[in-house]
Amino acid sequence: MSAVSANSAGAFAPIAARPAPIVTRGLVGWVRRNLFGGPGSVLATLTIIAALFYYVPGFIDWAVVNAVTRPDVVACRALDGAGACWGVIAEKYRLILFGRFPYDEQWRPLAATALILVMLVASCTRPLWSRWLLLSWVIVFAVFFILMHGGVFGLSAVETDRWGGLPLTLLLSTIGIAAAFPIAVLVALGRRSHLPALRTICIVYVELIRGVPLISVLFMASFMFPLFMPQGVTINVLVRVLVGITLFAAAYLAEVVRGGLQAIPSGQHEAAASLGLSYWQTQRKIILPQALRLVVPSIMNSFISTFKDTSLVTIVSLYELTGSVTLALSGDSNWRPFFIEAYLFIAAIYWVFCFAMSRYSQWVEDHLNVGHRRA
Amino acid sequence: MAEPIITFEKVNKWFAQFHVLRDIDLEVASGERIVICGPSGSGKSTLIRCINRLEEHQQGRLVVDGVELSDDVKAIEAVRRKVGLVFQQFNLFPHLTVLENLTLAPMWVTGVPQKEAEERAMAQLTRVRIAEQALKYPMQLSGGQQQRVAIARALCLTPKIMLFDEPTSALDPEMIKEVLDVIIELAGQGMTMICVSHEMGFAKSVADRVIFMDMGQIVEQSPPEEFFSHPKNDRTRDFLSKILSH
Repeated sequence: MSAVSANSAGAFAPIAARPAPIVTRGLVGWVRRNLFGGPGSVLATLTIIAALFYYVPGFIDWAVVNAVTRPDVVACRALDGAGACWGVIAEKYRLILFGRFPYDEQWRPLAATALILVMLVASCTRPLWSRWLLLSWVIVFAVFFILMHGGVFGLSAVETDRWGGLPLTLLLSTIGIAAAFPIAVLVALGRRSHLPALRTICIVYVELIRGVPLISVLFMASFMFPLFMPQGVTINVLVRVLVGITLFAAAYLAEVVRGGLQAIPSGQHEAAASLGLSYWQTQRKIILPQALRLVVPSIMNSFISTFKDTSLVTIVSLYELTGSVTLALSGDSNWRPFFIEAYLFIAAIYWVFCFAMSRYSQWVEDHLNVGHRRA
Repeated sequence: MAEPIITFEKVNKWFAQFHVLRDIDLEVASGERIVICGPSGSGKSTLIRCINRLEEHQQGRLVVDGVELSDDVKAIEAVRRKVGLVFQQFNLFPHLTVLENLTLAPMWVTGVPQKEAEERAMAQLTRVRIAEQALKYPMQLSGGQQQRVAIARALCLTPKIMLFDEPTSALDPEMIKEVLDVIIELAGQGMTMICVSHEMGFAKSVADRVIFMDMGQIVEQSPPEEFFSHPKNDRTRDFLSKILSH
């Protein structure tokens, strides 16, 4: 009452701030909003908590409490499934990581793998993006080949059929992805070309490759292709498989890129044309930078797929990471029962790579969409 | 009259079966300022887009500054270097800063070194009174500012001819003036200009000649005083009564 009379007299009476009736920020607020936001939400939260209470202790017992980490096959067998036998990894990790590469020479694939990993990290670092990076990759692949194949500088020769494990996985996926990307961009541009012959070739290529599973492409590359070669001419199976993976990945990626190209309004083409930019200048400076930016998530999707698809080369007797696990266990009846632990080990390796790619894609999105950010 | 800088001779164009330009005959003198008006779908935009070959004509001759437009890519590139075009929707490149929008064509099309291109760009931005926005991205600017950047971008190639395709139609009312002021200023500097516009006050103040188009034809053309006070054609009178009645 007094406030009203004060107001009517013309004086300003501020109302003291009061605390909000409900906490909406901080941990309590977050829990209330996201976990107990309504009857359905409460039910789901309680069910999940119950499930965690039921399953997690059992899993921890298996994975940690009862687990055997020594490469002791007797102790592992005595567990009888009550605990994990991580000993299988301690026993077999070199076979899993490096496949059939000669045991005493395995520092070579180790060094080669480290080299590629360092380059991958460097390539993701923006200040290092330059011509030198491209040159470094060429050198690194040359060094990779020398390390793996040997036959020079006093290194004993190791034929490609004995390459395996992680370095093979990395080789197939980095070269596959790096070669597929430019092909994909050209095919995507080709599918939008005004030249009918070029457009048709690109469409046929994409539809043909997308119409068959990767396994059949690999079979063709590995078994059928040599039949069509002239007598005496052979191409290394690793190279053939690499070409197969590249062409396969490029077809899918081309469609992703084409999606991005289609999202660019025709006004951008017209503006570029009216300024006198040529076709390639327009694509390179105006269209592709915008189009690729739009499809970063899908591009990374394709990259991750390609990375995991390399595991299929096992069927043509190239023992990359997945293949080398089978190789490591199938020949040794003592350790064969512990395949789950071994597969969890490589699953973890795959996951680390895929998760890193996914996070990197997020970073790229945040750092490249400057034009669409306001203020 | 000296050699015209743009000549249309019996130019015809179709979009599939739709006859969009019909027997266009037009000569534009160097330094002339023309405003084209007419109802939507009358072919105004198509007509000026033919001048830098964003649209191709199918019949007749079209000569721009001594170069006849045909399928010859070299001829098209030569013409585009002499003709600047400003779009209704600005069509700035959103992934480049304002300055990069302006320096791109000089650096890549005419091979101007970066430093010089940037100096020229800043001069043009100053001309359209927006130099302080040079390092921003287009999406951070208002519509009127974006259109002024688009004008500056076209000017960076020092064109002999400027084409404006409804430059103020996509703008909020309070921004129209800032853009028209810039165009009027350019008009005072002797550049050949063709502008598709329904801003009749603007037409009166800058145009040497107003052209009215309907159904793909040039219906009437005359100096603005005559055009607005004594339109000869019924169709023109009808159109003017519609846009000037309120």
